[in-house]
Amino acid sequence: MASMKDIKRRRNSIQSTQQITKAMKLVSTVKLQKARNRAEDSKAYFNCMYETMTSLLAKAGAVNHPYVRSNGSQKKAIVVVTSNRGLAGGYNSNIVKLITGNEELKKEDLRIYAVGGKGVELLGHRGYEITADYSDIIEEPCYGDAKTIAARLLEDFEKGEIGEIYLAYTFFKNTVSHIPTLLKVLPVEEKEAEEGKEKDTVDAVDKITPMNFEPKEEEAIGLLVPKYISSILYGAFIEAVASENGARMQAMDSATSNAEEMIDDLELKYNRARQGAITQELTEIIAGAEAIG
Amino acid sequence: MADKFQLRIISPDNVFLEGEGEFLEFVSVEGEMGVYAKHIPLTTILEPCVMKIHDGGEVKKAAVLGGFVEILKDKVTVLAEDAQWPGDIDVERAQRAKKRAEDRLNAKQEETDMVRAEAALKRAVARINTVE
Repeated sequence: MASMKDIKRRRNSIQSTQQITKAMKLVSTVKLQKARNRAEDSKAYFNCMYETMTSLLAKAGAVNHPYVRSNGSQKKAIVVVTSNRGLAGGYNSNIVKLITGNEELKKEDLRIYAVGGKGVELLGHRGYEITADYSDIIEEPCYGDAKTIAARLLEDFEKGEIGEIYLAYTFFKNTVSHIPTLLKVLPVEEKEAEEGKEKDTVDAVDKITPMNFEPKEEEAIGLLVPKYISSILYGAFIEAVASENGARMQAMDSATSNAEEMIDDLELKYNRARQGAITQELTEIIAGAEAIG
Repeated sequence: MADKFQLRIISPDNVFLEGEGEFLEFVSVEGEMGVYAKHIPLTTILEPCVMKIHDGGEVKKAAVLGGFVEILKDKVTVLAEDAQWPGDIDVERAQRAKKRAEDRLNAKQEETDMVRAEAALKRAVARINTVE
């Protein structure tokens, strides 16, 4: 049996770890709240952006714009959104698994545009080509950052260095459920128009009158796609920040309760050891007294 | 009295304005435009400009820096990449940005990104004009 001193020392060390995890849980709870509010504030923009893009593509589906068809390059760009810090449970490794576990994404064809230090570390170790590293922006993502990255991606796309653009991020479904998602950003594919809920609000007359575009569709695609990509990226960053803090909150919550369990266990062991020591001492004294008497 | 339309200005960070308007003025990539209610459905791309919102004799100004406008019969949605009320604009900063952009454009060095400098200039000018 471990000595009383050892047990006490171990209990103290676990206790201080527990204090750290508790504090981290509180911090990430607050951050999660903030990130969630932000995500909600910006939702209107993305919904509207998405609808406009869908309607534009539905109308201009046949145009021969470079953004709509592939440019023949085999290289695939992936924007990988992870966190800069660990201690967030499976948050980062789930994203990495999403890429390494996908048969269609071959290592030699991929170019990683990393947003988040953990993604750089984990994918770099596995031998993936890290083309760009934007890790510092994920702490406080703003729309301008998303625009910069979108501009860089489109530049590489136009040069023919990359043929497809993907986005790997964690979708924030709710506080407990975060889904690692891989999304194809470019070339833009015509998506099935989502019928139902949103459409009912549109006036009947507006349904009959087709939407006009100014400038003409082809030019409009050229101007809108960069905005569309920036907004997708920005949306992904915000969702990812919310997911990161959600994941960290969960991880820290279970760490705190695990520490609690260990402390209880050690407490019991310590008391037993103490009791054992007292009993032993008594036995010795009694035995000594008897020997004399 | 002129008919009103619903007006929403949305930026990535928030819903900037939700209200009504009688007449809306802005600059699209095709040129200056004014919109009354019952306009034909139209989507157009915005230049950085001063957006003037006329409602009940009042005119509100806002700097809208890029984005696009979706016009329906009685509803206008502006998706702005950035939007600011005159009170929120830092004029000195805008003046500095304007000067910087002009210097870059005048220098005409090969490595300067003309498109970016021009866009920066337009944004600065739109901000300044909104305040004046």
